[in-house]
Amino acid sequence: MREALNLALDEALTEDPATLVFGEDVGRLGGVFRVTEGLQRRHGEHRVFDTPLSEAAIAGMAVGLAMNGRRPVPELQFDGFAYPAMDQIVNQIARMNYRSRGAAPMPITLRIPSFGGIQAPEHHGESLEAAFAHVPGLKVAAPSDAPDAYRLLLQSVRSDDPVVFLEPKARYWDRSPAPAGADSGGDPAVGTARVVRSGRHATLVAWGAMVHRCLQAAEAAAEDGVQLEVVDLRWLKPIDAAGLAESVRRTRRAVVVHEAPLTAGLGGEVSALITEGAFARLAAPVQRVAGFDVVYPAGPLEPQYLPTVDRILSAVQRTFG
Amino acid sequence: MLTREDPPRLDGPALPAELSRRLYRTMLTARLLDTEAVALQRQGVFPAYVSLRGQEAAQVGSAAAMDPRRDFAFPTYREMAVALALGVDMAGYMASHRALWHGGLYDPAASRFAPVNAVVGGPVPHAVGWALGEKLAGRTGCAVSYFGDGASSEGDVHEAMNLAGVMSAPVVFVCQNNRWALSVPNEHQIAGGSVAARAAGYGMPGTAVDGDDAAAVYTAVREALDRARAGGGPSLVEALTYRAAPHSTSDDTSRYRDPGEERAGERRDPLPRARAALEAAGQADAAFFERAEAEGRAEAERIRDAVSTTPEPDGSDLFTHVYREPTEELARQRRVWQEEVA
Repeated sequence: MREALNLALDEALTEDPATLVFGEDVGRLGGVFRVTEGLQRRHGEHRVFDTPLSEAAIAGMAVGLAMNGRRPVPELQFDGFAYPAMDQIVNQIARMNYRSRGAAPMPITLRIPSFGGIQAPEHHGESLEAAFAHVPGLKVAAPSDAPDAYRLLLQSVRSDDPVVFLEPKARYWDRSPAPAGADSGGDPAVGTARVVRSGRHATLVAWGAMVHRCLQAAEAAAEDGVQLEVVDLRWLKPIDAAGLAESVRRTRRAVVVHEAPLTAGLGGEVSALITEGAFARLAAPVQRVAGFDVVYPAGPLEPQYLPTVDRILSAVQRTFG
Repeated sequence: MLTREDPPRLDGPALPAELSRRLYRTMLTARLLDTEAVALQRQGVFPAYVSLRGQEAAQVGSAAAMDPRRDFAFPTYREMAVALALGVDMAGYMASHRALWHGGLYDPAASRFAPVNAVVGGPVPHAVGWALGEKLAGRTGCAVSYFGDGASSEGDVHEAMNLAGVMSAPVVFVCQNNRWALSVPNEHQIAGGSVAARAAGYGMPGTAVDGDDAAAVYTAVREALDRARAGGGPSLVEALTYRAAPHSTSDDTSRYRDPGEERAGERRDPLPRARAALEAAGQADAAFFERAEAEGRAEAERIRDAVSTTPEPDGSDLFTHVYREPTEELARQRRVWQEEVA
């Protein structure tokens, strides 16, 4: 996935001179996850540059650059460090188009390495998607594999709306190949979910690294003859309500899986959308499998926090009564 | 640096007569418009208003130093006289105080004046980003970032100044130190007592000027802009002034300010000082002051009437500017609004 993201950024920088990549350590180092590796060398220090350790200023300067006709692609190095920039993201980036009645568009893609699964220190593994998805004016994307990361990132950078782009750290090392050099701008519209595995007995809905976990669960279920459909939400705002309903109307059962704590998590929203869109066809209440309502735990406890294949399969079982 | 106790002076740097007169006319018009705005609040037209009374010299002097063809101002919410000096559509500006639209109804891109912003430290990094955009493009425009002594305690301001210093961005930080951050005085707001002194830590020049002397503010900001344009990077100008009015029309200064201090503040009033300076320099006669008063009053009344009669935004504007590329869900909610609310 790192290579796919790198390729997408490379293409974005090549196709539009207004595009700028900046943040902590994205230049010479190529980013702590090497997502921006080689970009400064290829596009110059004026297009790809390091900033001080200064999250609010990184997000805030993106506002000013956008007001000056640029297409900023800033990186906040880790999810927990998005909080210091929250005012700029919520009060400024998300609102400037509205505040200016369209005179100050914010074509900003804010990349944030996100979610857990790599046993990182505190603040280096969090799930902020519900916080961002709740904010009017923002769009939120979370890819689950390399080819989709490539597509979604280019789509985000080309969008004239601000996109919070949550990259699942646990999937950075996913090696599924990116479509080399292919222009995928014509891919499904912003806000379209995708079925990554077809099935007929129940639908699993997930995003980010949990899509992979759901595919593992579906694999295990298949051994027992249960065919689970896996839907990758991809866009957490806007959410593909129609796509979700379509899948669940077929399978009649749904389990939403996410890493964030259960309470007020995005799973509640997804569950409500499924209920609104497919109630008459639902054979059982929508189930949620989530992180617990605890502080994101330290490394050794992480495997007990993250949804497991067993918990997902138990939830599927619950939908069968 | 200047202190609150310094007596008013008339020995600021001499400016050309036409510029001095322009500064005075704009300051006077701002004062008259400010007075009209307070009246509009009393009449219930504005739900609230934040007066800039006392800060006319700091605002007009700094704004007059800008080149509105290539520079860009980033205000918070008390920069009405900056807007006036830059030629912003003032009925559109005042619309934010009538609560017609959060950022104002003027066009910020055309006005070179960013939308009004109530998070006082928020726009400061925007100015740095905009300035960096000019530098990257090889242009010579500068950003002017307005904020107050209260905002100088906000983290974003420090991050922005450090970033500007590191990037050598062509931005001028103009701190209007009006002594009071709502009810909190400088001594409880600024450790070390000086905003200007902080500039050294960010690798930029910091100057404290008499913010009630329009010529002094103009000269300091002009120098900073010239330096930035020539590639010299950012500067900080702290204009020491006084908020002669309450924080807002909802505020009661008697709960926290000494009446004696307010009387001393009145003696700092930049308008009589500017008038005395013009007279002392022989740059204006009685006829000029009469004309300035009449024209300023007419302009203030024109703006007052215009903002009072500006129609409220259309209900569909609720949805119009949230996204450039609207979502299906928002379109659905717009239909709900159309059927159930409108």
